[in-house]
Amino acid sequence: MESESLKLSELRPTDSAIVKAVEGEKRIRRRLLDMGITPGTEVYIRKVAPLGDPIEITIRGYELSLRKSEAESVSVEKK
Amino acid sequence: MKRFALIGNPNCGKTTLFNALTGATAYVGNWPGVTVEQRKGTYKKKNIGEAEIIDLPGIYSLSPYTPEEVISRNFILDENPDLVINVIDATNLERNLYMTTQVLEMDVPVVIALNMMDAVSKQGVEIDVEKLSKELGVPVVPISALRNRGIEDLMKKALEVCETPRKGCSVIFGDEGKAIQKAQEVYEKAGVKNSLFHAIKALEGDELEEKTNGDVYLDARKESGLTEDDEFEVKSADLRYQYITAHYSPVRSGVPMEAKEKLSISDKIDKVLTNRWAGLPIFLAVILIVFALTFSEDLFFLRRGGVFFEHSSFEGTLFEGMIWTATEIDPDTGKYIAGGINSPGVILANFVNSFNGVGDLPAGYTGWGGIARSIEQLFAEVWHSPEWLVGLVNAIFADGFFAVIGFLPQIVVLFLFFSILEDSGYMARVAFIFDRIFRGVGLSGRAFIPMLMGYGCGVPAMINTRTLNTDKERIKTIRVISFFTCGAKATMLSAVAGVMASHFKINAVAISYFFYIFSIVLAVAAVVLMHWTTQREKVPPFVMELPSYHAPRFKSLMIHVWDKSKHYIKKAATIIILAAIVIWFGTHFSWSWQFVDPEVVGYPTTILGGISAFISPLFAPMGFGIQLGADYAWAYSLASVTGLVAKEIVPETLEVIGGMSGGTFDTFVVQSGITTGGFMAFIMFNMTTIPCFASVGTAKGELPKGKFKWTILFWLCTSYVLGILTFLIVDYVWTLAIFIPAIIGVYVGAYFYNKKKTLQEQAAE
Repeated sequence: MESESLKLSELRPTDSAIVKAVEGEKRIRRRLLDMGITPGTEVYIRKVAPLGDPIEITIRGYELSLRKSEAESVSVEKK
Repeated sequence: MKRFALIGNPNCGKTTLFNALTGATAYVGNWPGVTVEQRKGTYKKKNIGEAEIIDLPGIYSLSPYTPEEVISRNFILDENPDLVINVIDATNLERNLYMTTQVLEMDVPVVIALNMMDAVSKQGVEIDVEKLSKELGVPVVPISALRNRGIEDLMKKALEVCETPRKGCSVIFGDEGKAIQKAQEVYEKAGVKNSLFHAIKALEGDELEEKTNGDVYLDARKESGLTEDDEFEVKSADLRYQYITAHYSPVRSGVPMEAKEKLSISDKIDKVLTNRWAGLPIFLAVILIVFALTFSEDLFFLRRGGVFFEHSSFEGTLFEGMIWTATEIDPDTGKYIAGGINSPGVILANFVNSFNGVGDLPAGYTGWGGIARSIEQLFAEVWHSPEWLVGLVNAIFADGFFAVIGFLPQIVVLFLFFSILEDSGYMARVAFIFDRIFRGVGLSGRAFIPMLMGYGCGVPAMINTRTLNTDKERIKTIRVISFFTCGAKATMLSAVAGVMASHFKINAVAISYFFYIFSIVLAVAAVVLMHWTTQREKVPPFVMELPSYHAPRFKSLMIHVWDKSKHYIKKAATIIILAAIVIWFGTHFSWSWQFVDPEVVGYPTTILGGISAFISPLFAPMGFGIQLGADYAWAYSLASVTGLVAKEIVPETLEVIGGMSGGTFDTFVVQSGITTGGFMAFIMFNMTTIPCFASVGTAKGELPKGKFKWTILFWLCTSYVLGILTFLIVDYVWTLAIFIPAIIGVYVGAYFYNKKKTLQEQAAE
């Protein structure tokens, strides 16, 4: 299974994916991890804001919004 | 007395629990991060005991990346509470337990309040409380803060547990667990309290930990045997969640059937409200409706639509003019024709003002004179007090206290509508929709709401900035709120409309619209400039929880409205009364401490008139200073000074001065020989300068320490520069050739300054 690694920011609404790794600037990274975006977690893309950014995801049973620039530091594998 | 700290995720019901415990009416919102400062209260109950309760800001983690996190963390570490009550939202167990795993690392007794249990069982989910308690090693008490259930059990447990000291424990085992042990030994040796917590933070590479325990921090990291490659900071979060998933997901059982259905209702609402195409227009419509219901004197646009009412049935009663705005007189009967239905906000304001006896009384009003007038009569006609005392009493009550109360109805109505929007969960979506626009100027989407409220009234708007993320974001937002055309400034604009059209040949409606648009342009321009220079910061991240929608609850709405109104009455009333007294004194006493009637002797004889004449050269660059001659210059200065009390007073002062020579505001402006540019600059200056005292008082309360005086200076400088620009550009259009490049120059300079600083900071890292 050689699925290429995607960024969370590249997914489209209604996509589901598994988090592979969380990188990026320390502060943002910590925040994302704290909010439950850790490797192995399933994320579901709910929607994109009217102006194209930020995005809204479902993770660990709740809704979270984050900017695409922040979502860029999360690599995922599409389900 | 024992001290218990409340800690928990934002929006987990912590503040509701605080209110239930202490009987306080702290404000609760369906918006993550409502408690910004810590709040204290006392729990007291016979047969159970008493304790001081401290409500800490809602946070997701004990990492020090937001001011709230630092406050909560330091409170537990430094203030040594006797116990921590960790509030957990049972409907969102996993993420809430994440912080619990960190709290448990501290050497402090902990009780878990499992909140929203009623909501969980409604969803058909069961949580095995005993099992959860066993796994965590601390008592777990199921409660429903909203319905006041389980509160006594919680406090009984808390008072019992707080007697026994507790050692911190971690959920991280294996190789990482061993490393933590080694690091903890280093901290123990160094005699640091809460050694486990500190050791784990050290291994996480925590910035605050490095700052506070520099050497121990380095030693502990070295001793642990972990290297950068181990990436403990990622792993610790991962391990915590792994532990939670492994141990607590089984604690929950049952199929959340109804939950799915409920979720879909929230989903459906959300689909419409944040729709790609409809989201923005819906928001604009919502805001327009809120403002119309609060401030409109022509609801449903009936007057503009040509519908008139004759309201003779109300003639001479208290209701006349209260519900209808009577603007036109029927030429045949000579009676007023109602020109449109007032909004609930205006009706309420008229109603309250008719009791107070201030403001515009309804047309044809023949009822009693209101409280303020009765007090005046009491002094003047019953007690035959001296003239100066009657004047002073009038200044305190009519111009001071009751004038403030007169603003209250509309503020309350505006608060109420915004509370509904906030409590329902819509405001969080508004931030979501607008973040894209505001990020560019260094703000997050959340800053948009307080700015919009500024179009109604600056006071609630400034209070609302409490929901913003960082201090700098709050400073920037509070400063620009005063540029928005609020209700009082709209009154000022309509007062100058007549002379604007007749004498200066400027379309008054166009000017009004200009200022409404200009507000937001100026706000953005000012925020950008601050963002590049004095208030530089990385654009705050926007990783925000979006709470599910729910119908607003009456109780929480009332608490919300009361909390904000109380704030307004307290802060604003004191400062406004003081200001009213000072202004009255300044305009009724001469330099030789003689009580004088300014309308007889002339304002320049009075203290404030004298000061106004003295400072009038300062206004010369703006075209309404000394160049108008000694007879007129002081008047514009005085109007600007009195405008500090409330912006409606600006034209009112000139009206009074004009009246002294038998004219009106309009004739005075014409006689003074002020140029078009000067008059426009006069309006521009007063629109953008230091706001009314009520707003200034609020700003002082809301701004971080030490920022108040700079904010006042910022307002003064901005309005002064804008006044000069307006005067020169309107009167001498060619000066645009200088000013446009100059403004561009300032922005280019600020841009490069910011760039240079950013590069320097990056190099320093």
